[in-house]
Formats: sequence, C-alpha cells, structure tokens
Amino acid sequence: MTSMTSLRTVCLAIAAIAVSLALSGCGERPQVINYKQGHYQGKPDTPAYSNPPFNGNRQQWEHEIDSRNQAQNEYVRLRD
Amino acid sequence: MARMKFLCDAERCIECNSCVTACKQEHDIPWGVNRRRVVTLNDGVPGERSISVACMHCSDAPCMAVCPVDCFYKNEDGVVLHDKDLCIGCGYCFYACPFGAPQFPQTGAFGVRGKMDKCTFCAGGPEPDRSQAEFAKYGRNRLAEGKLPACAEMCSTKALLAGDGEVIANIYRDRVTHRGKGGEVWGWATAYKVPTATGGGAQPGNVPPAPNAPPPPPSGGTKS
Repeated sequence: MTSMTSLRTVCLAIAAIAVSLALSGCGERPQVINYKQGHYQGKPDTPAYSNPPFNGNRQQWEHEIDSRNQAQNEYVRLRD
Repeated sequence: MARMKFLCDAERCIECNSCVTACKQEHDIPWGVNRRRVVTLNDGVPGERSISVACMHCSDAPCMAVCPVDCFYKNEDGVVLHDKDLCIGCGYCFYACPFGAPQFPQTGAFGVRGKMDKCTFCAGGPEPDRSQAEFAKYGRNRLAEGKLPACAEMCSTKALLAGDGEVIANIYRDRVTHRGKGGEVWGWATAYKVPTATGGGAQPGNVPPAPNAPPPPPSGGTKS
C-alpha cells in the first residue's frame, strides 16, 4: 500500500515536471530588437551663412548659391 | 531650403578626372584617400560611359544608421557630415555605403585604419567655419564662401552638377531637351551648329553633312 502511494507520488511529480517543462515555452518573451534612431553625439555645427562674408544673411547666401547653380547651365549662360 | 545633391551626366563625362584632381587639391587630401573618383563602364569599348562618384549625401543615409558612435549629422542643407573627433574608424559606414564613399587613411605601417574621411560637399565640418582646424580635419568650406563644390565648378564639360537637387534636375532636363537623346547627342551639328539656308543653327539629328565634315560615328558607338 505504501509502495503504491510512493509510486503515485513519483508519477505525479514526473507529470508535474513534464507539464511545467512543456508549458515553459509559452512564457517565452519576444526577443526582437527594437532599433532606436541614433542621435548625433558630436560637436554642433553652424550654418554656412553664419559667418563673414554673409554674417547670418541667409537670403544673400542663397542668392549667391543660386547664381552659381544657374551658371552651370550653359544653355542659359551662352544663350545665342 | 536646399537639398544639396550631385548629378553626373554620363553623356558628358569624358573621364578627365579633373573633379578628382580639383577635390584633392582643394582639400589637401592625403595620398591613398579619394573622396571622389571616376568610374568607367565598358572601358575601351565604343559606347563606354563614365560617371564621377563621391558621397551622394543620401536623404536616408545608411552610414548614419549604422554608426555605433553616432558621429554623423545632416546640416540644414541636406549635406551629410561627420565629427572626426568622435569617429573610431570602425569601418561600418564603409560597409553600409552603396557608393564606397567613406575613405580610411592608412595611419601606420601595419595598415591601421585612421578616422573616416569623405566628401563634405565642400561644407567643412563641426569646427568654426573657415578655421585652420576645419581645413585640417575636413577641408575647405566653400559653401561658407558662397561657392559650390570645387569638383563641379572645375568640371570641364559640366558633366558634374552640384547644388540644390531641384535646380540641377531642371538644368539636366533642359539639357536633354536641347540636345536630344541617344545618337542625336553626338555629331557635327551638335558640336558646331552648321548654319542652314534659313540662317538658323541646325537642329541635331536633322542636318545635311557639312563640307569637309568627318564621317558620322558608327551607330554602335552610341547608346540608344
């Protein structure tokens, strides 16, 4: 009688371990990495127009760049 | 404002490498570092095409995404720049870049990589504008002088265009409209504008052969 009880206890223990092992996969947490956008860690830079000869005059700087841009178009530059 | 971009017209590039030379001279680039280079496809075969390649200052730059120390930034004109004081020379950006733009100077006899160097669109870097420190680390800051990159301004055939993406796209469109496409691009009339009986310049692709004109190039020499 005692041996039957101990056998039953062992079986129950084995079953409990098996069930816990089988179900342990259900508790797995997702391991997908969430990438985060990096942020610049270096020194700050100033805009191109902030110093002489433009002294912060963005409009003048843009005008200068635009005229140089257009000078690349020889159909305008050398119009006959 | 502007989104600064490069555009290379493969029909015009003659592989003269003046853009490469201008870049090296302008920024005092050390031996072994090529911020810009000319790539030729089908070299020596009729119909070969050359294109000048450097950092394309991508709108969604992969180098910025992979940098482990986040040393890249994009200025308000869309130019991708980096802080050399932060760069560790790991080379991730080189693997990520589809254009092979990042360059690494050899700093020792055993091939130790230095800090990354690349085209700055002649916009310097995070140092006081037009300072000695900026020139030593990043080269000349031509944008701060109101000038475009030296490579484009020195291009002898104006194959390489630089500036606001929208403006240079319009220039290229205007160019294609004027010159035609494929075989119309080349020929005596395109080069010399042979006058017609009406007095106007000849239209490419619709011209009688001029006296003493060389024979037209074989049709296999141009791309359709």
